[in-house]
Amino acid sequence: MGDIWAGIAAAFRLIITADADLVEISLRSLQVTLSALVIACAIALPLGTFLAIQRFRYRRTVIAVLNALMGLPPVVVGLIVYILLSRSGPFGVLGLLFTPTAMIIAQVIIITPLIASVTHQAMRDLWAEYHDLLISLNTGKLQRVGTLILDGRRSLLTAALAGFGRAIGEVGAIMIVGGNIEHQTRVLTTAIALETGRGDFALALGLGFVLIALALAVNLATHYLGRTESEGRW
Amino acid sequence: MSVLPITLRDACVRRGGHVILGPVSLTLAGRGLTVLMGPNGAGKTTLLKVLHGIVRLSAGTVSHDGDDARGAQAFVFQTPIVLRRSVAANLAYPLKLQRRSRAERAERIRDWAARIRLEDHLDQPAGRLSGGERQKLAIARAMIRDPELVFLDEPTSNLDGRSTREIEDLLKAARDAGTRIVMSTHDIAQGRRLADDAWLLVNGQIRETAPAPQFFDQPAQPETRAYLRGDILE
Ligand SMILES: Nc1ncnc2c1ncn2[C@@H]1O[C@H](COP(=O)(O)OP(=O)(O)OP(=O)(O)O)[C@@H](O)[C@H]1O
Ligand SMILES: [Mg+2]
Repeated sequence: MGDIWAGIAAAFRLIITADADLVEISLRSLQVTLSALVIACAIALPLGTFLAIQRFRYRRTVIAVLNALMGLPPVVVGLIVYILLSRSGPFGVLGLLFTPTAMIIAQVIIITPLIASVTHQAMRDLWAEYHDLLISLNTGKLQRVGTLILDGRRSLLTAALAGFGRAIGEVGAIMIVGGNIEHQTRVLTTAIALETGRGDFALALGLGFVLIALALAVNLATHYLGRTESEGRW
Repeated sequence: MSVLPITLRDACVRRGGHVILGPVSLTLAGRGLTVLMGPNGAGKTTLLKVLHGIVRLSAGTVSHDGDDARGAQAFVFQTPIVLRRSVAANLAYPLKLQRRSRAERAERIRDWAARIRLEDHLDQPAGRLSGGERQKLAIARAMIRDPELVFLDEPTSNLDGRSTREIEDLLKAARDAGTRIVMSTHDIAQGRRLADDAWLLVNGQIRETAPAPQFFDQPAQPETRAYLRGDILE
């Protein structure tokens, strides 16, 4: 028990004194996850919106595939990206394995279906609400998409937050394709796993607190967005 | 170029194997205010949407070529659709689509907000309005760009006596200024107050069209007499 209290005390000391390792690892985590988030949003938000308002032949199939991809175990994503990027794989020449770029690729694959799916649901509901009016007002396709994105921006932000939450706490895929290399690909989750194994609870707990704080912030933001939405405070 | 006349020839709308409208042949032309009456499920909403060009025919023809004609028309839906924006932004929306200047928008918004007595709610989210206030907002948003032709689907069904009078006055003023109006209502007294001419729709078919005095006082069809008496129609 004493060890644990000492660990917690040490962890707070690391945070308060802005320990170099802790700061470096936290910043790298944010950098990787935010990069993945930007890329994933650039793909998923238009895709989800498009799926909500455009009727085309294989629409249902695409949605089903998207939902299936959402359930993909991250470890398997890691494995697949590893194989693709490994020296003998199709993209081996790029030399991306065990770099932050590899980790970003894995995270993009993991969160794009999630963001697209949440976006699709929200935009589908909004489109059902607006459909008759926008048709009646003779809006063009771009005007419709613009209106939906503008008026659905809270849902889109919620979708992005869900993606961020999933990516920042993910460990399996990141570990496989990043390799958890010190000063290069070590991020919050992989560092916690490592330090816990090594018995350095102070750093592990300190990093854990940072991760918890980020997760809490995301949840609070999501909750706040949901509340403003339901109270009609658009 | 005027959107009138609009001519239907043997227009039919089928849904799920049933004919829900038609065959209907009629011409919408001239000036004034037409009241469309008929029991629940008669097809009034469907007929108005066909004339507006937002429901496609299963058979027969409609004379306007849909999209272009709609720019000079407006439609007020039976269940009011409000955008998830402020009251002012709702009123601005159709004007923005037409790229009206900021100054003109501001002036029209002030004018119409006053007419529907929502001037103190302009900055409020439209989602917080009551059912009746939403209906008034939807009417103002339809009228705000001075359409040549307006369809209103039971526009006063949620309104109290005073608001109903105000909307009726507003419609009469628009009619006198040359706007062609077609509205459905279940309120026979309202029909008498407003109509220049009236149509009776039963089971998807037009049973009588006549100038208002004749329609309400000496209808040619026994069915119209029965409807005005409140009898069950078959
Ligand atoms: N998409 C649809 N699929 C199947 N049936 C439909 C559809 N839309 C309308 N109907 C049916 O068509 C009939 C006419 O509907 P419509 O809404 O035009 O009636 P209405 O005269 O406006 O009735 P109300 O006075 O209740 O508003 C109804 O029986 C309705 O159930
Ligand atoms: Mg109706």
